Amino acid sequence: MAELTASGQTPDVLFWVGCAGSFDDRAKRITKAIARILIASDTSFAVLGQEESCTGDPAKRAGNEFLYQMQAAQNIATLNGYEIKRIITGCPHCFNVLKNEYPELGGKYEVLHHTQFIRELIETGKLRMADGGPFKGKRITFHDPCYLGRGNGEYLAPREVIQKLDAELLEMRRCKQNAMCCGAGGAQMFKEAEAGKAEVNHERTNEALENKPEVIATGCPFCNTMITDGVKNANQESEVEVKDIAELIAEAADLFDPSAS
Amino acid sequence: MMLSQLLFLIILGTASFFFAKRIAVIRRNILSGIDWDGSDRKVERLKTMLWVALGQGKMTARPVAGILHIIVYAGFVIINIEMLEIVIDGIFGTHRVFAFLGSFYNVLIASFEWLAAGVLVACVVFFIRRNGMALARLTSKDLQGWPSLDANIILVAEVLLMFAFLSMNAADAIAQSRGLEHYIEAGSFPVSSLLMPLYSGLSDAGIIAVERGMWWAHIAGVLSFLVYVPYSKHFHIILAFPNTYFSNLNEPAAMDNMEAVTKEVQLMMDPSADPFAAAPADAVPPKFGAKDATDLTWKQLMEAYTCTECGRCTSECPANQTGKLLSPRRIMMSTRDRIEEIGVSREANGGEWKPDGKSLLGDWISEEELWACTSCQACVQACPINISPMGIILDMRRSLIMEDSKSPESITSMFNNIENNGAPWAFPAGDRGNWTSEV
Repeated sequence: MAELTASGQTPDVLFWVGCAGSFDDRAKRITKAIARILIASDTSFAVLGQEESCTGDPAKRAGNEFLYQMQAAQNIATLNGYEIKRIITGCPHCFNVLKNEYPELGGKYEVLHHTQFIRELIETGKLRMADGGPFKGKRITFHDPCYLGRGNGEYLAPREVIQKLDAELLEMRRCKQNAMCCGAGGAQMFKEAEAGKAEVNHERTNEALENKPEVIATGCPFCNTMITDGVKNANQESEVEVKDIAELIAEAADLFDPSAS
Repeated sequence: MMLSQLLFLIILGTASFFFAKRIAVIRRNILSGIDWDGSDRKVERLKTMLWVALGQGKMTARPVAGILHIIVYAGFVIINIEMLEIVIDGIFGTHRVFAFLGSFYNVLIASFEWLAAGVLVACVVFFIRRNGMALARLTSKDLQGWPSLDANIILVAEVLLMFAFLSMNAADAIAQSRGLEHYIEAGSFPVSSLLMPLYSGLSDAGIIAVERGMWWAHIAGVLSFLVYVPYSKHFHIILAFPNTYFSNLNEPAAMDNMEAVTKEVQLMMDPSADPFAAAPADAVPPKFGAKDATDLTWKQLMEAYTCTECGRCTSECPANQTGKLLSPRRIMMSTRDRIEEIGVSREANGGEWKPDGKSLLGDWISEEELWACTSCQACVQACPINISPMGIILDMRRSLIMEDSKSPESITSMFNNIENNGAPWAFPAGDRGNWTSEV
């Protein structure tokens, strides 16, 4: 972003990568898929790079409003400094904070989850699926991330995007507003679970596996981690893949260099 | 004035007095919470109330309980029209004062009877579900003791009230057919006619005794119920309306902003602020988050009084489903128990609150419960009257962190990482853009 600004350019959208998307090896693959989609669709975009900082979501949900607001103040100063109008992000937690919680602190932007933006790209013809897509007829089940679905009412965008894959979309027993959490939200990602009789992510994954899917699709890096772990726990990692919708689309649109991982 | 009219007025007055007194106590307890502004978006609020409370919009997410509840609810609301006639008859010594409505009156009475039968059947099914079937949310340890007894008292009372109402009509119909004095021909009795064989063998005096006895049992029962309700979880029949009116209208995932913190952060970041400026002498240092029930907003305390302990929240909670200690329903029940206790203690001290060394957080709700929440909002979604246990949980976490600096070690390191690296993990901020070289 700094480089673009230095050269006097203004991108149409800012891609807010998020901490998981920046540092977690698995989530970085999702980030790269989103970036490929943005490039392939000729979207004018930028990332903040080192100037991006945690939105403060896990701090806020763990009760540390001070730390959250310090982070928010810093990020809002950066975003407003670059006069950002439109943000897309691959993380529903960042999405929620940027969309719902920054406005009160002076950060007002149009914020889109990447599945919403991908839907827009497909609808406007900027992104096309390759012929004979790799997911044609495949059994795909979608896990609703709480902060995208129940928390922000977006159930349609991810499903409409999956339908572009010509795959068989299977709904879980509990989906949309009744979807069960993966177990990572509310700062759980960063701590051990309390004593109980089962793990939340194992329960949720088993529910997904009831559909006998070939792919469990998500739209959140944390859900991805939790469900990937759940699939391993169920010894199904050779039969079932856990993928972000961005990865499915990037593959179906043939955006991956076969030699790249 | 006849003795019976006097007696009726005394019963009615006494019940109204105790009801009003209890309402005043609950109102005071609720208002001991901190400020919360719900004066905005009035049309949207009204619509929410009409759909969720009046229209029972969220009840049928669970079809069996939902449909039965709608029957009882409709019965309760509509049979109350009959209560109006009973009260007028009681005060003025008349009998079936609305009988002049003629055939419309017959339709009214017939529909009350069908509804009464529906309520009776629904309450019997509820009783069986609660006591005879091992439904997890109705037999959980949250409900041991008083809460479970409370629920059963209400169900039995409703069954008895409906039985008295139908018996009264049956005896009245027999009296009408015998042409007894005062018993003008009025009403249509499709359900109570089934009860007539029970009473048809009685003498004229016996019939009148049954009719009068059931009339008094019904009205005395209803008025006792009126006094009982505000002491019970059953108070939701009233509070569901204001509670849904003041529903959270923001996205469920959005958490409120703490103004007090915003001020401090602005001060911290403002280079011209004088960090050593003395606070005004009367400044009360802000309290962050909720440690005790009185640190919650009045809206949250109203939610506690509104909760009818149905347990849909707990049964949808992923932490509870996987055996963790957290039960969102118990968060609401504990909040009500604590604010009640504070209210009683205040009253005993002439309205003054003397700290008792206890607090909601710690003595009722444990840190373990709070930390088990994934903030997934399933409890909020599940509540048929838009209560948010999650809101209380997150406010208590704020108190734990910002007042007591108490957090699990891993949460503390997450905070430190965000502070030092701008990410919840210990990665250097400089590596944030590394992925770009791999696209």
